[in-house]
Amino acid sequence: MAFDFKNYLRLDKMPHIWCSGCGNGIIMQSVLRCIDSLNIDKDDIAMVSGIGCSARVVGYVDFNTLHTAHGRGIPFATGIKLARPDMHVIVLAGDGDIIAIGGNHFIHAARRNIDISVIMFNNSNYGMTSGQSSPLTPYDALTSTAKYGNMERPFDMCELARGAGAVYVARATTYHVRLLDALIKQAITVKGFSFVEVITACPTYFGRYNKFASPVDMLKWQRDSSVNLKQDQIMSPEELKGKFVIGELFKKESEKEYTEVCAAMSKKLQIEGQGHG
Amino acid sequence: MPEKNKNIQFLQGNQACVEAALLSGLKVFAGYPITPSTEILEILAARLPKAGGRFIQMEDEIASMGVILGASIAGCKSMTATSGPGFSLKQELIGYASFCEIPCVIVNVQRGGPSTGLPTCPAQSDVMQARWGTHGDHPAIAFTPSSVQEMFDLTIEAFNASEKYRTPVILLADETVAHMREKVRIRQKDEIKIINRKLPKSHPAGYKPYAVTPENDVPLLANFGTGYRYNITGLYHDETGFPTQDPEKVSALITRLHAKIEDDIEEITFYDEINMEDAEIALISYGSTARSCMEAALSARKEGIKAGCLKLKTIWPFPKAIVAKAVLKCKAVIVCEMNLGQLIGEVMKIDPHKVFGVNIANGKIINPADILDKIKEVCNGL
Repeated sequence: MAFDFKNYLRLDKMPHIWCSGCGNGIIMQSVLRCIDSLNIDKDDIAMVSGIGCSARVVGYVDFNTLHTAHGRGIPFATGIKLARPDMHVIVLAGDGDIIAIGGNHFIHAARRNIDISVIMFNNSNYGMTSGQSSPLTPYDALTSTAKYGNMERPFDMCELARGAGAVYVARATTYHVRLLDALIKQAITVKGFSFVEVITACPTYFGRYNKFASPVDMLKWQRDSSVNLKQDQIMSPEELKGKFVIGELFKKESEKEYTEVCAAMSKKLQIEGQGHG
Repeated sequence: MPEKNKNIQFLQGNQACVEAALLSGLKVFAGYPITPSTEILEILAARLPKAGGRFIQMEDEIASMGVILGASIAGCKSMTATSGPGFSLKQELIGYASFCEIPCVIVNVQRGGPSTGLPTCPAQSDVMQARWGTHGDHPAIAFTPSSVQEMFDLTIEAFNASEKYRTPVILLADETVAHMREKVRIRQKDEIKIINRKLPKSHPAGYKPYAVTPENDVPLLANFGTGYRYNITGLYHDETGFPTQDPEKVSALITRLHAKIEDDIEEITFYDEINMEDAEIALISYGSTARSCMEAALSARKEGIKAGCLKLKTIWPFPKAIVAKAVLKCKAVIVCEMNLGQLIGEVMKIDPHKVFGVNIANGKIINPADILDKIKEVCNGL
């Protein structure tokens, strides 16, 4: 049967809260297409979020959905995965949520290599609270708390995820939707901690502060600022200034997954206990 | 071994807590090292995997709280253990658990505060934090053990209450009861009542996770991954679990959250009355301070003062009826606590003229002699 996203939406909870031109719907649909193409039972998916515009996706999709506190999606997801390792646990998070207030959880979940897929909606600012700087706001960009240009440097989230131990790391934009589908599908499939950064548009705040004339201009910026892995190899550092690499950046499937290690240890101890009992 | 000694052990309070948690069906523990509760973390690191459960040491206290809530939502009885500084960090998610109706047990072994305070010394200064630590108008349940046996017994009650009312329950111990070793009878499975959360039996179609009936005001939330797909949010929510700002629904939810606990206060209130029948002076206390009160009351009796003790094992919801009985009956009551006056405020609401306090917060357990002095002083003024 052809993919019909309505099968996955809680249509009675519409209309959604997002502004016109927001990229959240593009990412939400991509996630739903991937789940559909992987043929995963809706009952077997736990979708967890923190706080922010992107966190509101969970209210609109027909899974086991959990809208937690700011930055805490990953700890709740960790608890679900410990209790139900058979479930697919997906965390949807904004850039402020996952790497400012929730940053500690992000690096430690990656280090543990627990089988959770984190899809980060990077809109370069805090949209829900009207456009403050986030740890991913580009240097010199304007926000409601960087009135003269951001004086801080942003994280490279993919490098951070890889350094912290994630076994799958990828980046796409809401312009490159076919690529996005392929990457999210991989992230859900890979056993272990997977991370996809999705660069998206917040025309209402980030766009307005930074003189993007329209949401379309923000999508064009995504197109023009992206380079693929091949281009990244041949372009000079000067040419790469202000650009970001998209595609599958890292994959290492041989690492042991945390809940499997826990299960094996528990089983071993129980068998030994029976032997002595 | 003679039958009457069966299952008698000599344990530390924190050990007794672990034994009771395992007996109650603990399946997931998440924690972070902190004195004086660390033994619970360490013992469970050894015991839980053997019992088929999951132990995880998290990166911080907040994450520990998040893990136990996620695990509980997915159907596992869960617990964390901490002390003052960690208890402060957990507060936001304790509120989330209360508001979203997620069962869990939080052990707070109190040490001297504020701030880093006195990590290895007892205190009872988190009494009001256990009640009002998280923001918003939430209800609270907190139990206060005064012995190793009560660490065991009240841990079981904490799990039972959390499952029955779908709420976080705080075991508010103190460093003295957590670290002291004494005789404890480990009750066996067939001797205790274990309560498990009620689950929905209706068809998933049209399922309303937060719907209640007049007979049952605790909602039947399904465990995640059991065929009932629904939403949990920390926003004000309606019966379907989705955000609402409808004033009627907002008011109905917060009222119900309080009522489900307040209406059942008799069921949740645990206390002991010692020599209260003819008492003219009542010593009201809880936790390890209650032990000093018992000693002081006996000494007072030897000196001809009719003193009795009301030992509270439940302090939240505040057992107003039980305390009021003592206040009305006695000429004076003396509330003894290792803080500068926390629970005493609740007692004064009943009758401020009859209430006196022994409030010592110096990192030492309260000496019975200090309480006896106060009894004499109060008697002289009557």
